[in-house]
Amino acid sequence: MTGFPTGRTAIVGAATFGIGRCPGLEPIDMAARASLLALQDAGLRLSDVDALYTSAPHEALGGLQLAEYLGLQPKITDCNRTGGSAFEIYVAQAALYLDAGLCDVALIAYGNNPSSSTAKHAGMTRPSPYEAPYKPLAPLSSYALATARHMHQYGTTRRQLAEVAVAARAWAALNPEAAMRDPLSIDDVLAARMVSDPLSVRDCCLFNDGAAAAVMTRADRARDLRKPPVHVLGAAAAATHREISSMPDLTRTGAAQSGAAAFAQAGVTPADIDLAMLYDAFTITPILFLEDLGFCAKGEGGAFVQDGAIAPGGRLAVNTNGGGLSCVHPGMYGLFLLVEAVRQLRGEAGARQRPGVELAVAHGNGGVLSSQATLVLGR
Amino acid sequence: MTEPHPLAEYTAHLRRGQFMIQRSASTGEHVFYPRIAAPGTGEADLEWVPASGLGTVYSTTTVRQKPPAPSYNVALIDLAEGCRMMSRVEGVPPEDIRIGMAVRARITDQDGEPLIVFHPA
Repeated sequence: MTGFPTGRTAIVGAATFGIGRCPGLEPIDMAARASLLALQDAGLRLSDVDALYTSAPHEALGGLQLAEYLGLQPKITDCNRTGGSAFEIYVAQAALYLDAGLCDVALIAYGNNPSSSTAKHAGMTRPSPYEAPYKPLAPLSSYALATARHMHQYGTTRRQLAEVAVAARAWAALNPEAAMRDPLSIDDVLAARMVSDPLSVRDCCLFNDGAAAAVMTRADRARDLRKPPVHVLGAAAAATHREISSMPDLTRTGAAQSGAAAFAQAGVTPADIDLAMLYDAFTITPILFLEDLGFCAKGEGGAFVQDGAIAPGGRLAVNTNGGGLSCVHPGMYGLFLLVEAVRQLRGEAGARQRPGVELAVAHGNGGVLSSQATLVLGR
Repeated sequence: MTEPHPLAEYTAHLRRGQFMIQRSASTGEHVFYPRIAAPGTGEADLEWVPASGLGTVYSTTTVRQKPPAPSYNVALIDLAEGCRMMSRVEGVPPEDIRIGMAVRARITDQDGEPLIVFHPA
């Protein structure tokens, strides 16, 4: 008894919109457009939605704002503050509400336009008085500190980190929607401008425009909708800290807990997984999540990704849309990796489609490795 | 009992030239950053104790700036008392700072505010 309604809810609609550059629209316009596309994908109407989840980039009351914009009066409205992992957490919460019968159709949406926005935004976070005086680049230096510690403790190399960026770019080359599709080599990454050692600019995700949305309902209703349902088999989260100086062990994330719980709910193991969508804010993050989710032993993530192992044709398909590194990262990326998992499970991923994807992991990360949330999804 | 004011008291100690951290009377564990109660237990038994100032570099990064602005260090320091803080190591070029390096705290002035930095021990 894991307490989770395994397989009793499903993702039935998924969409992206405005990836790369989306001039002339506000973030909320983009989130609304993605919402309508996802509902159309599901074959549902806006008026069917009675639960709404969003993480607005600049508005603390963003859930209320999007409900108003769409003309909804939801029973459940949320705009949580777990960063890029928020969307996987929304799936977990929506699954429970749906299964309890407290709502019938949940919409999860997000949009932001850092590439084309000219507005000055105040930002959503206050700097820590115990970190800000040392002027770390936020959030980059925090991830650099985690990377340096992993390299020190386990011998992970910059070349292995570069493998993650190169694999992402090779997948992006197969995805017409991806923002960065030019060839990228290991040497390109190693020669790139350093930003916060040991991370170069090519070890860092994009900061570009994009919107995404997903629609969930109960599995019985999902069967009658337009697209094959993607069932939510497991969903769990773990929060370990806010600032990097309070992370208990910089080489071990809460993905170890969230992953173990989600796999137990689903009754599967990492060996069963056909696709791993692992939040790649920086090249170190998929390495950490491969280890913490159990795809390889702690410390072996660098060796795991070597020789194109997570690139097209490799041993494990990881981040097939090109990831935050080469496709899209508008500040919070968690919903985009979820949409890609849905597309692969449905067989809709075009040139980058992996044959026979039956089980996928969608793993979200928020803050500075602070919040981790793992979904196990299946057809 | 008077209500503790963690950040204000920490800063006031630094202004007097003292690097003070908190210790939970019940567990003996040192705590950084300062709080109103011990993390984990919630016990309101934190007392200020002098930090030894001795520490070890747990991790380190060099933040690059556009020249001529100099690159600078940001580090996480494990204090001898067992807690960790963000700081920077001064007195050596940032690229020479290594994980595991023994360091010692010093109070510096940054824009009129007292701040803990470290130097090689």
